Amino acid sequence: MKPILKGILWAVIGFTGGAGLLTLVRLALGMSLWDLEPAISVGYIFGLTGWLLGVGVWDYWARAWFGLPLKKFEANGLSRYFSFNLDHKVIGLQYLAVFFFMLLTGGLFAMLMRLELMRPGREFMDPAVYNQIMSLHGIFMIAVAVAVIIGSFGNYIVPLMIGADDMAFPRLNALSFWLTPLVPLLLLSSLFFGGWDSGWTAYAPLSVTNRTGQLFYNLAFMTLGLSSIVGAVNFLTTVLTKRAPGLTWGRLPIFVWSIIATAILSLLATNFIFVVLLLATLERIAGMAFFNPAGGGNPILYQHLFWFYSHPAVYVMALPGLGVVLEVIAHFSRKPLFAYKWAVAGFLGITALSFTVWAHHMFTTGMPESRTAFMFTTELISIPTGFIFLSALGTIWQGRLRLNTPMLFGLAVIVNFLIGGITGIFLADVPTDIQLQDTFWVVAHFHYTIVSTQIFGLVAAIYYWLPKFTGRMYSERLGKIHFWWMFVTFNTTFLPMFWLGLNGMNRRVAQYPAPLGDVNMWVSLNAFLLGASFAFFVVLIALAWVRGPRAVSNPWAARTLEWQTASPPPHDNFPREPKVVGAPYDYGVPDSTHAIVPAADSGND
Amino acid sequence: MTTTTVPHTRYSRLNINRIGLWLFILSESGIFIALLAVRFYLEGTSRPEALNQTLGLIITAILLLSSLTAYRAETAIAQGDQAGFLRNTLATLILGLVFLAGVGIEWSQAFREFPPQSGFGRVFFAMTGMHAFHVLTGLILFGLLYFNGRRGAYSAESHWGVEAIVKYWHFVDVVWVFFYPALYLLS
Repeated sequence: MKPILKGILWAVIGFTGGAGLLTLVRLALGMSLWDLEPAISVGYIFGLTGWLLGVGVWDYWARAWFGLPLKKFEANGLSRYFSFNLDHKVIGLQYLAVFFFMLLTGGLFAMLMRLELMRPGREFMDPAVYNQIMSLHGIFMIAVAVAVIIGSFGNYIVPLMIGADDMAFPRLNALSFWLTPLVPLLLLSSLFFGGWDSGWTAYAPLSVTNRTGQLFYNLAFMTLGLSSIVGAVNFLTTVLTKRAPGLTWGRLPIFVWSIIATAILSLLATNFIFVVLLLATLERIAGMAFFNPAGGGNPILYQHLFWFYSHPAVYVMALPGLGVVLEVIAHFSRKPLFAYKWAVAGFLGITALSFTVWAHHMFTTGMPESRTAFMFTTELISIPTGFIFLSALGTIWQGRLRLNTPMLFGLAVIVNFLIGGITGIFLADVPTDIQLQDTFWVVAHFHYTIVSTQIFGLVAAIYYWLPKFTGRMYSERLGKIHFWWMFVTFNTTFLPMFWLGLNGMNRRVAQYPAPLGDVNMWVSLNAFLLGASFAFFVVLIALAWVRGPRAVSNPWAARTLEWQTASPPPHDNFPREPKVVGAPYDYGVPDSTHAIVPAADSGND
Repeated sequence: MTTTTVPHTRYSRLNINRIGLWLFILSESGIFIALLAVRFYLEGTSRPEALNQTLGLIITAILLLSSLTAYRAETAIAQGDQAGFLRNTLATLILGLVFLAGVGIEWSQAFREFPPQSGFGRVFFAMTGMHAFHVLTGLILFGLLYFNGRRGAYSAESHWGVEAIVKYWHFVDVVWVFFYPALYLLS
């Protein structure tokens, strides 16, 4: 805990120093001495720097820039997880802890929303409070969806899968992780400054005129963006340079491809959200009217910049989950991944096309001349998505399916994502979208796409790789109970929402027409059951982690490299450098091998 | 993309660092592309008469010149010329500071003529501010280079720090090559 305490101390010093410096500048310029939002913004920049330096950047990195000797790294055991550790396996679990915390917190906010929506009238909370909770639920879950799989499993598994000893930039990796705890911290502290109620999209002009809580949203999202960019640089460099001998592009496990596509999107798109939030912050603190028409700004510019990031970000959320699904389906169907090259083309095609579709979020914004073009590109993107889909179906076709829990979740993604995809057509088509915009149809649609890929994908990944990072096995019986519980309640919660949307239930509103009360009651009750399934999942995984039976080193008889070493893997991952000699999924192909790991028990079958 | 089974060529630490730096620069250019988009979306190609064209041209020339001295610093250390390296690093540092001072003068005039709250002022201050922030970080890094260079931290064989910071400096310079006409010349 010592590095964290040091980080907090340095953060406080930095924040005070930054705010003090600003006060001095204001004094010199003859302005009023104190203004809350500029002080918080400037203080935060210095506080953030102090936090990073204090938590470990100074001791293990920056001292060398000044010719000072670096501190020797000493943490081991549990304290590794509370320090600036450079091991990608530690960082992966650190990511998992932070974002799983955010997932559960965001889930609690959802439960509060469903509590209010049980009945049409005003029940438990003020409509303004409802909107604050809705906004918090949104941004917590967006942060989870952007980062949880790539942060935890990208970090833990990708270097193992490519036969590397670590990421290309271990210190940058630790830095990108230690930015993330600030995200929930800032978002929760916004409540002390009046909260904010503009939803996760934070459209201007509302977001540039409402309470100080909004500033915390801006700072939190920018911090998350910084972490994403640093992470993306690291992932791409790692895959480009650290692959084991023989691991050519055509032999790369499909999960690695999904992480490459995700990292490209993060790398190229994230700075656009950074700019739009920076400009919104400048508008708040310096009166530079970029977005508020009252001052001569243009709110549509906000939407353009916001969605230019946020639509690619939708694929940042979806692709890692789909990567997990293809990975799991290939191993549990005991067949080569069907149309491997087309699946890769699917990932890269989505990556390219996702930069051309952003204005389909703006069909009702009042620019009719461009709608047809964006409708066309949006529907075009279903083609590469179809490649991924058909690759999954073709792999299952006539496979010898092993229906273990990870596979069940993988199959669930296919079912749910199909519903999400088909209902998306009505949002891509301009005439229907104009009717459905801002209704629960949209809510149901994006939960069917994002929850099904990122969250079901995450759950599949946790079950699949649990034996890898704990060396222990979960209970298959409880896992299957959890699967049916979560899969059924997910559908009973979100399917009726399509009907609600068609019948005129608006999103982001605490009260709704009375005839929709019964269905909403049903949805709320099922949502509580869905929420409870996560509590069950946490207990199940915790039990397995602490008391589960020892897992054999390759319980799924999988061929990819991460399973060809001990569980959990030693610090340098492999006893000696592995050599890749064949494709990763050639199950059932005579005389085929994926990789040879010298001087270790061979898990190849 | 290659699918042949070539024997693996190991990437050196230097190659890994270079790839990382280029990816970072690629990502960072998004900030400036977005700001250019904001400039044209909000203000079209209009610009106020009050822009100080002389000053703009001078600071542009100074920044371009600093890229030359930065390049000479890198070449010097690559040939083991410590004195030349230090001299050119210091020159870059000074030219960068003069550029920042020029921006400061431009800002103090702009505050009167087209303040940040005005139509052109908001894009002018956002763009020059973001660029000046990058110049400032570059100067801090050049300060570190000079400080460490005096201790003899770099050599012909090992000077990744120099190479990285000089590349970053060229990038900041290239950004200005786009920003200067977008702010000062178009109309």
